[in-house]
Amino acid sequence: MDTIFWSRLQFAVTAAYHWLFVPLTLGLALVMAIMETLYVVKKDDFWKKAAQFWIKVFAINFAVGIATGIILEFEFGTNWSNYSWFVGDMFGAPLAIEGILAFFMEATFFAVMFFGWNKVSPRFHLASTWLTGIGATISAYWILVANGWMQNPVGTAFNPDTVRSEMASAQAFWEVVSNPVAVSKFFHSVTSGWVTGGVFVVAVSGWYLLKGREKEFARKSMLIGAIVGLVGTGAVMLSGDSSGVHAAKYQPMKLAAAEGLENGGPRAPFSIVPRVEVPGMLSILATHDLDGVVPGINDILNGYTDNEGNVIPSVAEKMERGRKALDALAVYRELRESDPDSAAVARAVLDENVEYMGYGHLEQPEDVIPPVPVVFWAFRLMIGLGMLMALLLLLALWFSWKDRLEKKNWFYIAALCCIPLVFLCGQCGWIVAEVGRQPWTIQGLLPVNVAISSLSAGAVKTTFFLFLAIFALFLVIEIRIMLGAIKKGPQITEG
Amino acid sequence: MAAFLRKVWLFYRDGFKNQTWGRPLIWLVVLKFFILFAILRVFFFRPVLGGKTDAEKSEAVGENLTRNHRHTETLNPTEQPWTQSSGPDSSLP
Repeated sequence: MDTIFWSRLQFAVTAAYHWLFVPLTLGLALVMAIMETLYVVKKDDFWKKAAQFWIKVFAINFAVGIATGIILEFEFGTNWSNYSWFVGDMFGAPLAIEGILAFFMEATFFAVMFFGWNKVSPRFHLASTWLTGIGATISAYWILVANGWMQNPVGTAFNPDTVRSEMASAQAFWEVVSNPVAVSKFFHSVTSGWVTGGVFVVAVSGWYLLKGREKEFARKSMLIGAIVGLVGTGAVMLSGDSSGVHAAKYQPMKLAAAEGLENGGPRAPFSIVPRVEVPGMLSILATHDLDGVVPGINDILNGYTDNEGNVIPSVAEKMERGRKALDALAVYRELRESDPDSAAVARAVLDENVEYMGYGHLEQPEDVIPPVPVVFWAFRLMIGLGMLMALLLLLALWFSWKDRLEKKNWFYIAALCCIPLVFLCGQCGWIVAEVGRQPWTIQGLLPVNVAISSLSAGAVKTTFFLFLAIFALFLVIEIRIMLGAIKKGPQITEG
Repeated sequence: MAAFLRKVWLFYRDGFKNQTWGRPLIWLVVLKFFILFAILRVFFFRPVLGGKTDAEKSEAVGENLTRNHRHTETLNPTEQPWTQSSGPDSSLP
């Protein structure tokens, strides 16, 4: 096991751990804000107690999840130093905005929401509750701007003097901020959080009904959880559609791996499971056109013509041009002071080939193929579990609406089983997104084997197990505190 | 201004003081920040390029990027293979 393996595993586990807390934060934020809105509008103390209970659960999740993302930034500096320098301000700017925004919004409005029940007016408290959720959502946007740039590096140019990708103008910053990959990732991620929050609320409500307690609270919570979850499900499907279109356009290898598509073309089939295909469906999903070309793995390796008529070079040709770019970079950096004329020639060659620079680091064309079985099955698991969650939420809505929630023990137990499954669903989404773009840390520009720091595998392994132990402990503590809070219940006196 | 700041201070102070179930959560957050910043950051996650100037960082990363790509030892760069134009007719490996 080498340094790259341990560094990647550490980053993957840290990101996966962070994503346990984020979706629940985003989903519960909406649920508690809706309940508090009902309290302020209806002036009914029942909704105040209900909102206070879900704010308590939100706070527990928030307290344990807070700052787990900071570990990722530590890892950038230590394990991925070449990457960190290469991405430069492009990555630093959105993360700095996110940090400042998160700090000020969360420190201010979370505190008012948490401490301020009897100290500020109900309307001000309600505004704080909404702004806590909105702040968390805006934070997610900046993180996904940074992530979206890694998947589709727009708005920047490589500077061979600083060895960084730099934004040249304010317009470039706008290109980065409005990157279509970042926008669809944001909507997909945030609305998947609403599904997670909705399923969680439905399941906890089901537990109360199973135990025969807090019945009115559970029924009303279940209705709101189901509505939030179903709105999220619809939005996840819409944003998932645009994610698929963007993958086809900007990361065709990811889509080919997710589909296990060796040879593509027009009327490409969608694979439900191996050997069960829907003819033409992949072309429709990826290009919104039955005759749209979806390249397979072999097409990408050998070169193909895309839907706009552009000839996409083979990977071998990209590697050749990438090597020219790297050779030219080496020459430019060596001669820029001693021989400016030769350096200018080298610079011109670099500029001509820079879009393929990352390919110059690869050893063979097949290096651009991500682990196909992992991406293929994670994609199917994500869709399958997503459909299961939609079914659960539809049933919850139906039973709540028709007042048929009594004595549905099978449903309450099924809902509880869905808590780990909804988290697994979200993790699978990130596996498709991140494993599917291997070997790139930055698409086409920097593969993982160059992005990494010169560290010993032992050093990374030490921090990996240390991190694992500490954060497993925090997770156990959170689950215990949360279970304690749920067992105690909302303490609403039901008439 | 001073009165406003005092109000804010009292709001936070009383908020923390009056916590019941939230108290262990606050200690949990404090403990976590201590572990993150006073232990992990200081002893285990030191930035590899930390302490270097920007020029030194550029040099170090440029060196890592081009470690296997040096063609200046022998000839004028205009005669080197990397200057040949690329395109559909380029001979590929």
